[in-house]
Amino acid sequence: MAQLLQHLINGLAAGTIYALVALGYTMVYGVLKLINFAHGDVMMVGVYMGYGTAYALGRQAQKSVLGVVLIFLVAMAGCALLGFLIERFAYRPLREKPRLTSLITAIGISFALSYGFQLDIGFLPGAAPRAFPEIIQPTEWLIIGDRDVVVWNWQIMSLLIAVGLMVGLQYLVFKTRFGRAMRAVSYDHRVAALMGIPTDRVIAVTFMIGSGLAAGAGLLYAIKDTSVNPLMGLFVGLKAFVAAVIGGIGHVPGAVVGALMLGLVEEFVVGYVASTWRDAVAFGILIIVLLVRPGGLFGRVAAEKV
Amino acid sequence: MRRLVPLLLAGFALMAAGCEKKSQPSPTDTPPATAQGQGGDVPGTPPPPPAPSGTLLLGVATALTGGQATFGISTRNGIELAIKEANAAGGVKGQKLAMKVYDNQGKPEESAQAVSRLITQDKVLVILGDVASSNSLAMAEKAQPAGVPMISPSSTNPAVTEKGDYIFRVCFIDPFQGFVMAKFARDALKAANVAVLQDNKSAYSIGLTEVFVRKFTEMGGKITATESFSQGDTDYRAQLTAIKKTQPDAIYVPGYYSEVGIIARQARELGLKVPLLGGDGWDSEKLFELGGTAIQGSYFSNHYSPDNQEPRVQKFVADYKAAYGGVPDALAALGYDAANVAIDALKRAPDTSGPAVRDAIAQTKNFPGIAGTITLDDKRNAVKSAVVLKVGDGKAEFVTTVNP
Repeated sequence: MAQLLQHLINGLAAGTIYALVALGYTMVYGVLKLINFAHGDVMMVGVYMGYGTAYALGRQAQKSVLGVVLIFLVAMAGCALLGFLIERFAYRPLREKPRLTSLITAIGISFALSYGFQLDIGFLPGAAPRAFPEIIQPTEWLIIGDRDVVVWNWQIMSLLIAVGLMVGLQYLVFKTRFGRAMRAVSYDHRVAALMGIPTDRVIAVTFMIGSGLAAGAGLLYAIKDTSVNPLMGLFVGLKAFVAAVIGGIGHVPGAVVGALMLGLVEEFVVGYVASTWRDAVAFGILIIVLLVRPGGLFGRVAAEKV
Repeated sequence: MRRLVPLLLAGFALMAAGCEKKSQPSPTDTPPATAQGQGGDVPGTPPPPPAPSGTLLLGVATALTGGQATFGISTRNGIELAIKEANAAGGVKGQKLAMKVYDNQGKPEESAQAVSRLITQDKVLVILGDVASSNSLAMAEKAQPAGVPMISPSSTNPAVTEKGDYIFRVCFIDPFQGFVMAKFARDALKAANVAVLQDNKSAYSIGLTEVFVRKFTEMGGKITATESFSQGDTDYRAQLTAIKKTQPDAIYVPGYYSEVGIIARQARELGLKVPLLGGDGWDSEKLFELGGTAIQGSYFSNHYSPDNQEPRVQKFVADYKAAYGGVPDALAALGYDAANVAIDALKRAPDTSGPAVRDAIAQTKNFPGIAGTITLDDKRNAVKSAVVLKVGDGKAEFVTTVNP
């Protein structure tokens, strides 16, 4: 029983991180209908920005509340800028081209970032994994029995942050002027432009929010798994993508539910069966969901106009 | 016409990038200018590779990027140091040595491709590499039929040298390492119940686990749980939670440092306080960084200890520190040993054709290496002792030597 409970907690913690990454995926897809495969790698860059900031602050300052806030701010702002640049120079020139073109560019950017960051020149980090500084002192907040079940402060913090961001995003999309513009652009960006909506700006800001979220998620991920490496984005990005598709890509709460589900399933498969089964089961669930509900659990299937 | 200009610009940029890449590799890559006739052109099958402009070329395929990069870089440094020293001492057969390095990214398929290029394109005399057994196996598949001798510095899986009579290694093999840890756990740690957490994507980890489990149960111990992970995972809480339930005295984790460091942290976090045990895959300075205080008090078997007071070891440690900074790990020492065994064989071989060099390597006896004295047995494996090290604060401390 204790073991089951611990697995449940671990799975929720893993799913939370997937959820945060999946939110960025889903948002960009919702507006642009573009699967931004570079999203995970933007996250990785964000983690390295946070790592660099933590290093610059030094051992004492990086653990203070102000230090942690600063680390998150720098990483998220840096990634928002990176997202802006990627959108401006890689996706915008291709916006009127067939969708496949942007998809290929996205994959190209993904590889350029993850392999570029393995180069050992100048400020670049090199290929070896590094330990992420303990910016949040891990503390046990809940212990049941003789350490049979342990819940950590960062696990609860991550969950709260993920749910908070989800609610915030829902509010942004459905209750604000900017959200209405996003939805209009998503519906038809040409007509939206005719109605006086600055489409380019809306898309750019969407990208920046998505990339900033990715950086935040990446930092929580690095705090959880205590290490950073240039290939982490490929792995997490793929899982978040699966989570977003399970939930119904483009659907914000769907992404969170899909991610939590994926985290739990993976944890239980590894805990009770074998780690080799993990990816097979994760993708198996994806296939089943797509067979039964092609739009994902929460998604609607929209007929393509021809 | 307007389209042509950017195209041309792009073309130039590409060319510039190409040139840059060529001039990038380390100085030993570029053969010295002493262009003389090709030595050692003796008819034979296959025709001896023509050494470009009077250099003897050694091929290296190892990981310079990816998760095993520190292994590969250490190995490359060790080999480079050996070649520099040999050249400073006058080279071999009046010729200078050089090396050609390819990055295999820690992947078997890239390793095989690198070896193909080393053989057909660069026409190297000997191939050195790799660290990970999975990669060396893929490399041996290519080197053996081509008749090019290959020396693995540090692949410990028995299957590597079983690929054929051109494949050698200068380290001990896994059965021995598994035995060393089983003996240490049983005799020194008095452990009765041990759980195993293996990397089921790596031939190395599976090999070590198999022998450890067999020897440990033969010695009267009990394996409480066998869990597995896949290389590159970063969340091991599920496996550790399952292991915790079985209340072991120690956990055998025959993986690589990159995973082990994280495993140690997560084990402590879940309240598992028992020591972790492992093999030479732990040996990297990065282990201390990734594992932090969580890994302290754990043990691993290894090829050598930089604390060894023998003069040749201390000289190597000093030279390495001067050239690359940092204490050389076992991978650097074994890379250095592998290159020196190859150089020694090239010196003794009557010519530089594949079969002649192969025979010379096979006859290596009592060669004074940094990681022990190397004598190759009839299965082309080195027979040597192992050391057990304890992870301390920022360094590994020597505990004991275990003989075969």
